Amino acid sequence: MVLQAELDRRKFLTTSAGTAGALIFGFYFPLRGRIQEAESGASLRIFKPNAWLRITADNQISVLVEKPELGQGSRTYTPMMIAEELEVDWSAIHVEQAPTIPSVYQGLRTGGSGGVASTFTPMRKVGAQAREMLVSAAAEQWQAKRRDCRAENGTVVHVPTNRRLSYGELVEAAAKLPLMNPDEIALKPPKDFRYIGKPLPRTDVPSKVDGSAAFGIDVRVPGMLFAVIARCPFFGGKLQSLDATTAKTVPGVRVVFPVPPLARHFNTAGGVAVVADSSWAAMQGRKKLVIRWEKGPDGNESTESLRKQIAQRAAAPATFVALDRGDALEVLAGAAKRLEASYESPFQAHATMEPMNTTVHVRDHEIEVWSPTQFADEVQDEIAKLSGFPLEKVIVHMTLSGGSFGRRYQWDYAAEAWQVAKEMEKPVQLLWTREDDMQHDFYRPYNHQRLAGGFDHQGNLMAWSTRVVTTPIAGSNLYTGFTESPETLNDPATIAALEWYGADIAPYSIPNFRLDYAPVDSVVPRSWWRSVSSSYTVFARECFVDELAHASGRDPLQFRMDLLAGKSPQAARLRAVLELAAKSAGWGKPLPKGRGRGLACRFGDSCSAQVAEVSVDDEGTVQVHRVVSAVDCGIAVNPDGVRAMTEGAINFALTAVLTGEITIKNGAVEQSNFHDYQVLRINQAPEVEVHIVPSTEDPSGVGELGAMLLPAAVANAVFAATGVRVRRLPIDPKLLKRSQS
Amino acid sequence: MSNIAITVNEKRCAIDATPDTPLLWVLRDTLGLTGTKYGCGLGLCGACTVHLDGVAVRACQTPLGSVGTKRITTIEGLSSDRSHPIQRAWIAEQVPQCGYCQSGQIMQAASLLAKNPRPSKEEVDEAMSGNICRCATYQRIRRAIQRAAGQKA
Repeated sequence: MVLQAELDRRKFLTTSAGTAGALIFGFYFPLRGRIQEAESGASLRIFKPNAWLRITADNQISVLVEKPELGQGSRTYTPMMIAEELEVDWSAIHVEQAPTIPSVYQGLRTGGSGGVASTFTPMRKVGAQAREMLVSAAAEQWQAKRRDCRAENGTVVHVPTNRRLSYGELVEAAAKLPLMNPDEIALKPPKDFRYIGKPLPRTDVPSKVDGSAAFGIDVRVPGMLFAVIARCPFFGGKLQSLDATTAKTVPGVRVVFPVPPLARHFNTAGGVAVVADSSWAAMQGRKKLVIRWEKGPDGNESTESLRKQIAQRAAAPATFVALDRGDALEVLAGAAKRLEASYESPFQAHATMEPMNTTVHVRDHEIEVWSPTQFADEVQDEIAKLSGFPLEKVIVHMTLSGGSFGRRYQWDYAAEAWQVAKEMEKPVQLLWTREDDMQHDFYRPYNHQRLAGGFDHQGNLMAWSTRVVTTPIAGSNLYTGFTESPETLNDPATIAALEWYGADIAPYSIPNFRLDYAPVDSVVPRSWWRSVSSSYTVFARECFVDELAHASGRDPLQFRMDLLAGKSPQAARLRAVLELAAKSAGWGKPLPKGRGRGLACRFGDSCSAQVAEVSVDDEGTVQVHRVVSAVDCGIAVNPDGVRAMTEGAINFALTAVLTGEITIKNGAVEQSNFHDYQVLRINQAPEVEVHIVPSTEDPSGVGELGAMLLPAAVANAVFAATGVRVRRLPIDPKLLKRSQS
Repeated sequence: MSNIAITVNEKRCAIDATPDTPLLWVLRDTLGLTGTKYGCGLGLCGACTVHLDGVAVRACQTPLGSVGTKRITTIEGLSSDRSHPIQRAWIAEQVPQCGYCQSGQIMQAASLLAKNPRPSKEEVDEAMSGNICRCATYQRIRRAIQRAAGQKA
């Protein structure tokens, strides 16, 4: 069950438009494309065995990276994988972002923590294919036996004579060889890895310490203009009246015009564009607009009205039963001891440090787009559809992104930038201010879970039920590949699919289990937010396990180990990470007064356990001192990358535990900047230890993993420190204030 | 509009902008120094941190007209070759993820060490708490500052 659910989600998030297919496609690069004259000089020839790799006669090796770089390390792990098989010094490889050429590259995107897992085999094959062709070329040149030749550090060696040719010297001959089938080339076993598994420095770090790294906001095109949009603050609302007279007198402002909202699935608010000579002038012009907005049809929605609706749905019949093993409801009804609890967490913003922006130049027969996106080919596809231009006439440059966390899987901001740029003859950069970004995000769904557990007379946990209620993602965001037809939008299974993932209790061995779902509609746009539904389902599940452990008088670690006593490989992996995290954190050892430890674990393609150590001050403020994490993600391709992602995910989730909350009033977001949507700062950041389980299994993702576990680990630690259960996030200090008497 | 003279990274520049224009936008849009980032526009996040006479300030809260003869240093001017101890420590500890906030983090940290060459963990946290990193590289920022501490800039 777990594996199937995991596969479904991965398939949905990462491969539905053919990520793997794109890579295989890239191997059948047309022969005539495999060698070309370099632009700079006719003497320099280039070997392109496939669409991902270029080797020049002067030994320059370039990799075209499929996955955008959002901070997760795609521009590092990709050359590592290729170099491993190509037998070259990985640090000598030049990294470029693959361009949007629809006939060659498809699936230029990353998401669902799927980057490393989905490229691990194809990218090693990219290197292997080139290597084998270079070896063949050398053998032919020497008229030697192929088996006497081998690749070594960017050269092919004839072993008996120690003759050597560099890859560059072989470029021309290799390019004329028939393509080798990469699927027939054996890849190195893990024991022979030279780069994979080593903590290597990232290729993009130097440019990120000297200011030279160029993000979307840094795109500079000759003659460009700068724009902002005054957006309708009310979701579903519209422009009633506009007076731009004063705005047009602001120095630097060129033009002001209304921008209509795009169709429902884009969720662009529509509003008034101000185009100017600089971003600052555009912002100043915007301040001078006199605008009246009309509320939308659901303009009275508030967080309070939503909470009431959600509480009602939590008690009403489910619309969809996701999992039903045994007869949980009946066993719960007859349980010797029964426990119930409800957990809730609110809308969350992505709040990437680089606000949304995109630069677009609409020319007569071509549109050029520079966008910090994690979904380049969808940007291309959507702008082609909107403009009526052929796909190949929409060129999208994927720039570096200043954070994403799921936000840049939407392309609303790129579509808006096209709406503005098509009215201008010059390139235009549309910039969202922080306020725009905070108030027009696609938020993590509001969610509420009602859980029940029942023990028999011997104290065995016999049954568990979970009701998940959310404002579902399906139907509210841009990702139409999965939910485009009205039929699927009315299908409860489709709606529920992304909302309950992570709530399954397996591989905990509990004989009766039921998981069902009910949706609540909302005007608020929703979407993926680092770890998606697992950001709340794992919180509720792992806190409730803790509640059940305490209710039965058992240690939370031992309680989990007892539930995982089975022989399944999943249970064994989970026991291993639990033991590693507990041992490293000193589980069970005495703590200073006022401190508590809490535990959480998660199973899926990647398994992990976390122990958080907290204290609570007299005012009820929680301080997380230390988080110890054990991670089993198969082969850790770049262990330092795994550590960095885990540290980051833990801190990211801590915002939503301590302070982060988006609230709604009159159908609009109440928060506007970092003073009222407070994100984690360095003085709140715990010490983080990451322990990686050695493995020779294929890698699985870690970008979201740490974020799934942290909320429960902290909430359980708060209980250990204070005896008070945290069942709603972010933690309300008032709840804990009295407990410190 | 008026011509206002400022010194950026040891170069004299004449800027044609009103005195109330924030330094951030002068650097980014007029001078093309895009290493200094826009993050919040209210001095809440620190992404736009630069030095005025070696002291960290938020460029989004610094009107052009208030700079006067003070020397402005941006990330591009901290060193010509990433050789400032803070930059070297940032590479050694592999601090950046997305990297967007890191110019501001580095300028803040450099200013801290210039004033206090051996800060305690608490002093680091206090000095750096105005700089948000959403990738949350905070643990590595702490380590990198300790690594650079005591080295001559």
